Amino acid sequence: MAKPVQDDKKKGDSGNTKEDAIEVMATVKEPLPNAMFRVELENKHQVLAHVSGKMRKNFIRILAGDKVAVELSPYDLTRGRIVYRYK
Amino acid sequence: MGYGDREQGSVSEFLLGTDSRGNEMAIHLRSAEELEKMHRAGLIVHEVLAALRAAVKPGVTTMDLEKLADQKLAGKPGKPAFKGYKGYPCSLCTSVNGEIVHGIPSPKRKLREGDIVSIDFGMEVDGYYADSAVTVPVGEISPELQKLLDVTRESLDRAIDKMRAGNRLGDVGHAVQSWVEQNGYSVVREFVGHGIGTKMHDEPNLPNYGDAGRGARLQEGMVIAVEPMVNAGGPEVRMRDEWVAETADGSPSAHFEHTVAVTANGPWILTRPKEMTGPSW
Repeated sequence: MAKPVQDDKKKGDSGNTKEDAIEVMATVKEPLPNAMFRVELENKHQVLAHVSGKMRKNFIRILAGDKVAVELSPYDLTRGRIVYRYK
Repeated sequence: MGYGDREQGSVSEFLLGTDSRGNEMAIHLRSAEELEKMHRAGLIVHEVLAALRAAVKPGVTTMDLEKLADQKLAGKPGKPAFKGYKGYPCSLCTSVNGEIVHGIPSPKRKLREGDIVSIDFGMEVDGYYADSAVTVPVGEISPELQKLLDVTRESLDRAIDKMRAGNRLGDVGHAVQSWVEQNGYSVVREFVGHGIGTKMHDEPNLPNYGDAGRGARLQEGMVIAVEPMVNAGGPEVRMRDEWVAETADGSPSAHFEHTVAVTANGPWILTRPKEMTGPSW
């Protein structure tokens, strides 16, 4: 049986990488070079997180001990992106 | 995801790559046992198609062919692949003259002298699929129709000859397209050959057109159903209903197909006995 060309999904997102992200609150443990931070989540897990571009653009500083919001990818739960610093 | 990376350690190895659209795809590489299973299915397909080819004469209806196929399958292992596939009602596709593919057998469709009918049949045995097709003349046909059949069959032979490790998918499509167009015919774009194995239609797509040197590289263990569909007139396709595809300009269309595996010794036509040589149909 011949296969019609449009049978499979066309080019596009088969996963929704934006909506899949898991946002958690964490505390910054220590700064690492290149705007990376070791942060500790509420469940005591430590995660390597980098500062999001939006925060860099707005010159928001992050120090050890800050409480921040971190976005984790479902594909790798040991890496995250710092997206917000709480007061 | 690398182009040509191999994932080891899985039950069936597969190759990751991208198709011409940029979609990620995994092409299965079949082991020797899997190829043997597919060959078993392929031999049944060949036997049935050969019998049907002999049975085609003026006055026979396409439903008669369907019934004959079901009779031949009694007592054989496995089951016909098309029946129930996406709701398809029969074991065969019988496409007459201007019908390109997926004609549904009907007691009202009587074959007449001078017609050509392409019969497409697939089997699933033990979880593995095989798919093949042949276009058969009904009684005496005009020299133009005979030439269409010869050119299409030859295009399949040329395509099969390209199914070697190291060649690319585009080489196969290009071989079909250039031969067909040299002879003044055109290649259907809307339907393509396809990988086949544990699914009837699998990755990759094998269009009957293409640029040589482009596309994923063929590797040992790949199995693809190669099926040139050739129109005597233009390439445009019209859907008569949700299944039947026919030529927009009403010109006749021929279709030949084999399930071909890429092996270290070259192409292996799984849908015919190993001892057979010469033109694929």
